[in-house]
Amino acid sequence: MNDQGIENPGSRENLVEARDLKKWFPIQTGLLERLMARRVEHVHAVDGVSFNIRKGEVLGLAGESGSGKTTTGKLVIRLEEPTEGTVHFDGQDLGALKSEELRKMRRRMQVIFQDPMASLNPRMTIGEAIQHPLQIHFPKEASSHKEMIYDICDKVGLTPPQFFVDKYPHQVSGGQRQRVVIARALVTHPDLVLADEPIAMADVSVRALLLDLMIDLKNELNLTYLFITHDLATAKYICDRIGIMYLGRLVEIGDLRDVYSNPLNPYTHALLAAVPVPNPHHRRTETMPSGEIPDAINPPKGCRFHPRCTYAQASCSEVEPELRELKPGHFVACHYAEQFL
Amino acid sequence: MVKAEERDILVEIRDLCVRYQTRLGPVSAVEDVSFDIYQGEILGLVGESGCGKSTLGKALMRLLPPTTSIQGRVLFDGEDVLEFDEDQLRDFRGRAISMIFQDPMTSLNPVQKIDEHLVEAIQVHEPETEKHPALERIHTLVERLGIQKERISDYPHQLSGGMRQRIMIGLGLVLNPSLIIADEATTSLDVIVEAKLLDQLREILDEFGVSILVITHNIALVAELADRLAVMYAGCLAELGSIYEIFDKPLHPYTRGLLRSVPSIELDEREELYKMPGEPPNLTYPPSGCRFHPRCPEAMPICSRLAPTLQEVKSDQMVNCWLYQDHPEKKAPTIKVKS
Repeated sequence: MNDQGIENPGSRENLVEARDLKKWFPIQTGLLERLMARRVEHVHAVDGVSFNIRKGEVLGLAGESGSGKTTTGKLVIRLEEPTEGTVHFDGQDLGALKSEELRKMRRRMQVIFQDPMASLNPRMTIGEAIQHPLQIHFPKEASSHKEMIYDICDKVGLTPPQFFVDKYPHQVSGGQRQRVVIARALVTHPDLVLADEPIAMADVSVRALLLDLMIDLKNELNLTYLFITHDLATAKYICDRIGIMYLGRLVEIGDLRDVYSNPLNPYTHALLAAVPVPNPHHRRTETMPSGEIPDAINPPKGCRFHPRCTYAQASCSEVEPELRELKPGHFVACHYAEQFL
Repeated sequence: MVKAEERDILVEIRDLCVRYQTRLGPVSAVEDVSFDIYQGEILGLVGESGCGKSTLGKALMRLLPPTTSIQGRVLFDGEDVLEFDEDQLRDFRGRAISMIFQDPMTSLNPVQKIDEHLVEAIQVHEPETEKHPALERIHTLVERLGIQKERISDYPHQLSGGMRQRIMIGLGLVLNPSLIIADEATTSLDVIVEAKLLDQLREILDEFGVSILVITHNIALVAELADRLAVMYAGCLAELGSIYEIFDKPLHPYTRGLLRSVPSIELDEREELYKMPGEPPNLTYPPSGCRFHPRCPEAMPICSRLAPTLQEVKSDQMVNCWLYQDHPEKKAPTIKVKS
């Protein structure tokens, strides 16, 4: 992978530099099959992805289910060991850190998952849940834990804090539960927050408020987000840059406005056109590519989108395209992207 | 679009109330809902989770558990569905109304081949149909839905998610019903597959002339698909009208807030989302009066005391809000001063 292509000269400092990340999951088979099979097959969940996350930005990763966006997020904060590739966090290679050093580093990278009910222990009060990361990362400062918990509760809108800290997750509303998860992620004052579909479970009328909260907190606490979503409309309201993934590969990355106004990859174009617009006067007229995302065990040769691509030519099924910078800061993996400029 | 007055009414829903019995007391999931479904239209029913939209859809098909209390009338071609006995129901379901559910993996039998399932669906309702004519009908239908006919001798797990959802739609269409209820029918699909399916669905519906009630939380999807829109909030119908009227000039404060809080992909669209305060209420203890009043920016004293009714404000647009209705108490002061 061409590292130069991803580098953005003169840009702000990078908080995360991911290079050629791969994650292959072996397929679980029965004993007999394992004895008979010549080789173990793998799901190529992430298959050679490189990108940077700049300090203070919101980088979105979008794609359909099975595109590898969640796995990429987990690789970045090392919740998964990459099969290949490296992640540098603030200049340090996470793969080279010993477990104790990595644990210390984890204070600086926190995560918000989609389902607050599943990520909160139902038998821990909200106060205990928020205190848990403090006990792990700041055990010596136990006397100031209460103050820190109240402070973060105030910031995420769980006010007054004393009303919430002794409650259990099932006793508060869905929107408040998601605020608890946000508070728990932010209480250690991390630098990077991996937000994996953080508002997808919330009610439609509550989402805007949560999105706004995340933007305010980012500015107030100088956070950097890696925002993973399948919803391109939501991404528009929070992301500075966006990367589009397809079948384990990054097919396009750039400034969100550039990518949305002038998508250079046919897949990105289709994905953007498919998003329904909440305006009955703007009904979609474009035809959609046929088929579905292929299985990641034997991804198509060459460009992975070529079987569904209306612009595909002979070479697309032979040579896999690499990311190229076609416009300043706007990278695309497509052999024939020039025609969309 | 055809004008409302000229259209034939297929289903008349009047004063429908549905109550679930729970440990914590009765939950009024659908409260006094009345509306019509016209012949051949796509009616979108939107609302947030727990607003009663799925309950309403199931009530139309009488799919709710027997402990549920259902009141009101559901007139289908002049007959009250709520009065049907078991035999009438069996005949009614599938042939008159069918339902497409959200998750095909839980709705299809994992140990039954697709064609067997479809044949069974036909033969249960039309026992006189032989297997071969039934199979022929199925083949034409699935090819129309974009599935090769060889694939339907597969098991559900051998098909992709989009194909499975097409089979569900096929199951809904196979008996030529007059109304299909699609409850979050495309929610589990990715956007490109969803968009493709919607295109096909629209064509097929035109061809079959069937009415469809699209139940969804996805407002953008309804904007793409529906002719008319019904908005539900906390068990009540807030607003009902043509899709253009409602999107251009929403009248109910909830609809207004909801439409402005939905992110749009269009770059030049408004940048600020409306941040609606609060969250939908728990229907075990619904708010008094209008159920939206605690979150309403335009709440008046009367709103917390009395519930408004759904009334026609202009042709083909009905709204359930005191802003558009008169009442002697509307102007009365909240606190009565002693004389």
